[in-house]
Amino acid sequence: MAIIASVALLVTEHTSHRLDALRATLSVIVDPLKYLVDLPTVLIAQTANSIRSYSALKDENARLRDEQFIDRTRLLKFDSLEKENIRLRALLENSFKLGEQLLIAELLSINTAPYENIVVVNKGTRFGVHPQQPVLDANGVVGQVFRALPFSSEIMLITDPNHAIPVQVNRNGLLTIAVGSGQLNRLNLPFLPNNADIRPGDLLITSGLGGTFPSGYPVAVVDDFTPMTNKPFVNITATPKAMLDRNRELLIVWSDSSPVSLSTPQKPKSPEIQSHEPAAELERKTPEGAHTGIARDGQSARSGAAHESSTGARTGTAHSAPPAQTRSAHEAPAAVRTGTARASSPVGTGALRKAPAGTANDE
Amino acid sequence: MMNNYYSFGRIMLTIIMAMCLRIAPWPSFLAGMNPDWVLLVLIYWSVAVPERVGIFHAWTIGLLTDVLTGRVFGQYALTYTLVIYVCLMLHKRLRQFPLPQQELFIFFCLLFSQILLFWLKNIQHPAQLQASFWLPVVTGTVCWPLIYMALRRVRLSRRRK
Repeated sequence: MAIIASVALLVTEHTSHRLDALRATLSVIVDPLKYLVDLPTVLIAQTANSIRSYSALKDENARLRDEQFIDRTRLLKFDSLEKENIRLRALLENSFKLGEQLLIAELLSINTAPYENIVVVNKGTRFGVHPQQPVLDANGVVGQVFRALPFSSEIMLITDPNHAIPVQVNRNGLLTIAVGSGQLNRLNLPFLPNNADIRPGDLLITSGLGGTFPSGYPVAVVDDFTPMTNKPFVNITATPKAMLDRNRELLIVWSDSSPVSLSTPQKPKSPEIQSHEPAAELERKTPEGAHTGIARDGQSARSGAAHESSTGARTGTAHSAPPAQTRSAHEAPAAVRTGTARASSPVGTGALRKAPAGTANDE
Repeated sequence: MMNNYYSFGRIMLTIIMAMCLRIAPWPSFLAGMNPDWVLLVLIYWSVAVPERVGIFHAWTIGLLTDVLTGRVFGQYALTYTLVIYVCLMLHKRLRQFPLPQQELFIFFCLLFSQILLFWLKNIQHPAQLQASFWLPVVTGTVCWPLIYMALRRVRLSRRRK
């Protein structure tokens, strides 16, 4: 009986996704164990944090302040560049890709499979996480969400032997695929010919092909190039930029991979972008205006589009409800600069997701 | 036998502890040889109290282990079911075995489960076999006396009350 049942389960799971609901239910039973196992690590970290000396904290604070100042200045520039980019693309009647939304997830220090590079984080479908979402850290691409459970999700690292990521050499745009090696500090590039223009030190960035990973994020640095004249392909290894074995915080990214074209007439985007500055000014004058956006954001699970639509409504560009989460990230910088409630969160959109639903609701 | 008293809660508690050990973050050199604690504990209970821990329990716990370790559904369920079936068949004989002989039996149980797991993995997608894949079998066998003593203490402490 049990054998038949398990074989049936094996076959069903292998061929379809029908059992995901059952897995989610069972994971609710098992997930407390994951948090329980993670508890000692968290306690140690917290204790270490609470007994750190005052001067060390002061130093760190100063350093972080400096870093934040520099980053903010850089972001200002980035913002104008992004707008310029969008304008130029609009001139070319081209399409552009929208920004991303981020969610900070913390690693649960548990080890599910010793032979695979899979980690578990503490954010699941409750936070809108879904499979195949890209995961980053401050230095580069970490991996992708492999399975999302209600309270946790499994992330396959880019170094997993079963993982491949489409990359591009930053120097010359050469496209290839980086395959995991099973070791945390190594990626292989098995599909390049002997005469490929690539050399040690080249930065590999995501190419955006394949649709899972947004383009332009650093992935790895080429560290070894050994031409093998007797074989069709060259043996190249690269070191991932992300600190795969040292990081506890990861960023889960929502990105809309399908580009939005600017030239189609009924599309609400182009008026939207031009009305960006007026909208921001409006918000600066009436701070309560921003509250509506936030309140609505908290209600719709993975939106951000709600904030957008309220801004749009105020500036008079009426448009039908856009697909969720598309425009929010590039809307976010404007909101942060206005110094409204949103500015309190360093990673605007990421923290927004956690904002309580009832901050203010005056609409 | 007086074995019928063990509360199911106590058995579950040991299995939960085994599950915690299973996913605990060992240092990388130990992670490769982390034995299948859940199976070892299950084997002990199925031999000691076969009227309490049966095929169905093995299957359910296997299913939970599948979810816990993020495997394809049914992989551990099938493995645990088969191993526990053998243990239940032989439980009377196994109780008479001295420890070294038990260890030999455990070794073959673990080897069988590992072969089955590899086979199931290989069906889904071709997997490569490394020598370290068999390490948990050896460490599991080495750990068996520990588990045996510990669980025996758990079982007998209950009886004395």
